[in-house]
Amino acid sequence: MIASRQPLPLHRSLALGAIGTLAFLGFWAFLARSGLVSPLFLPGPVAVAERFATLTERPFAGGTLPAHVASSLQRFMVGYLLAAAVGVPLGLTMGWSRLLDDIVTPIFDGLRFIAPIAWVPFAALWFGTGIGGPILIIFAGAFPPCLINAYRGARYIDARLLEAAEMLGTPGYRMIAEVLLPAALPSIVAGLRISAGLGWQSLVGAELIVASTGVGYMMVQAQGAVSTATVMVGMVAIGLVGVIIDVALRTLETRLRRHHGQS
Amino acid sequence: MKFSRRMCVGMATLVVIAVLWYVATTGLGLISAGRFPAPGDVETAAVQAFVRGYPDTTLLVHVLHSLRLVALGFLVSVTLGVPLGLLMGWNPTAEALINPVFLLLRPIPPLAWIPLAILWLGLGDGAKVMVIVIAALPPAVISTQAGVRGVPPQIIEAAQMLGTPRLRFVTDVLAPAAAPMIFTGLRLALQASWTTLVAAELVGSLAGLGYVLNVAQQDLYPGMILVGMAAVGVLGAGSTALLGMAERRAIGWAQLRGAA
Repeated sequence: MIASRQPLPLHRSLALGAIGTLAFLGFWAFLARSGLVSPLFLPGPVAVAERFATLTERPFAGGTLPAHVASSLQRFMVGYLLAAAVGVPLGLTMGWSRLLDDIVTPIFDGLRFIAPIAWVPFAALWFGTGIGGPILIIFAGAFPPCLINAYRGARYIDARLLEAAEMLGTPGYRMIAEVLLPAALPSIVAGLRISAGLGWQSLVGAELIVASTGVGYMMVQAQGAVSTATVMVGMVAIGLVGVIIDVALRTLETRLRRHHGQS
Repeated sequence: MKFSRRMCVGMATLVVIAVLWYVATTGLGLISAGRFPAPGDVETAAVQAFVRGYPDTTLLVHVLHSLRLVALGFLVSVTLGVPLGLLMGWNPTAEALINPVFLLLRPIPPLAWIPLAILWLGLGDGAKVMVIVIAALPPAVISTQAGVRGVPPQIIEAAQMLGTPRLRFVTDVLAPAAAPMIFTGLRLALQASWTTLVAAELVGSLAGLGYVLNVAQQDLYPGMILVGMAAVGVLGAGSTALLGMAERRAIGWAQLRGAA
């Protein structure tokens, strides 16, 4: 007999969630303590937390943890804003102009399957390992969702609206800023959230290879120095910043939706 | 008519780009050969990569090396992920137990596991497979779970009423009904596998496409960088197309019905 799938009451699901989390942390701590695995390669949760606290004050690989995070965030912001500034207007215009669509689509499709991280060698060759190189990688990661969502947003606009604006002789730039942009806004903001996630991921990859500061760089240096705790601190920091970025953009998304009176 | 116009403009664009590329590099020398390769450089690099080999062996051997790792990591992810997703989608207790661990680990991008994987398993194949599984498991699990949740209750009730045994219920009712979503998950998992493998090979490896890119970067060899990138793109597109074909063969019925 098959039991029916019924949702659990909230208190039970919370309790089970706590059990699952504790079991995970407990297993980790047990493995680290048991001596089955060398603590050099698997520090326990407490050791990682302690290392996290230490790194906020004492520098590793040329900076403290906050300094590395700040350097990563700065790169991220530049690359991300660049991707949005190019991708959104281009996507909107492609959704409106058939000719531009036909021109850009084959180029875009040709480049789409190249993983952002595969741009690393050219990034290093063109912009070096300072701030420029990683920015190209973030751009490569964050650009496609910006473009695709703006494009889709513009394509689903009621054609009568566009025709009315065209008939009234709206010039091109006002067409983008005052007709296409507001109508496609929900789709654009959703795209911006996806690109933030992808851009942040690509940045981490880029910093592992072509950077001289940042969290990714700190992790590679820690890997070389066999400081597993520092590597894990880096992973936690990356995860935390990623969550913060996502929450910030989600808040923006809900606000915009409410403002536009859409659910 | 529309289709042909689109094709014409697309072809014209590609031709214009090719001409611009030639003029800017070989023709006028606007772009130095050290920054971006001329068509001739790419040809030389391609011949070297395919015939003489760079570095050590031919491109085909490197590609096969990468493909093997992707296939291995992908298969492990699917064999673990789909059953886990079925379980979590069907059993609320299992979901409540396992989900928090996923939520805890998910914000960490797969690429951030690379240094840890290298510390644990070294520069060889083991670390690559570990990182691929970390990247490909979540999409496989999450899509399967969502697929199971979306199974129409009528189907479930009918199976219950007919007294279908548990195992057959999972294999003959739940899995096929969730198949369209499962395939979506597999496609995402495959893409994640590729991206992650290239990154892992770039960080540290002794063979594979990422290794080719890495050596070409150190040798300041733009022609070979472009060949490597093209190979990454072709293989990414090829594997996605292959999975699309498998999807049409396996669940063409769902697409016909418009349920995909």
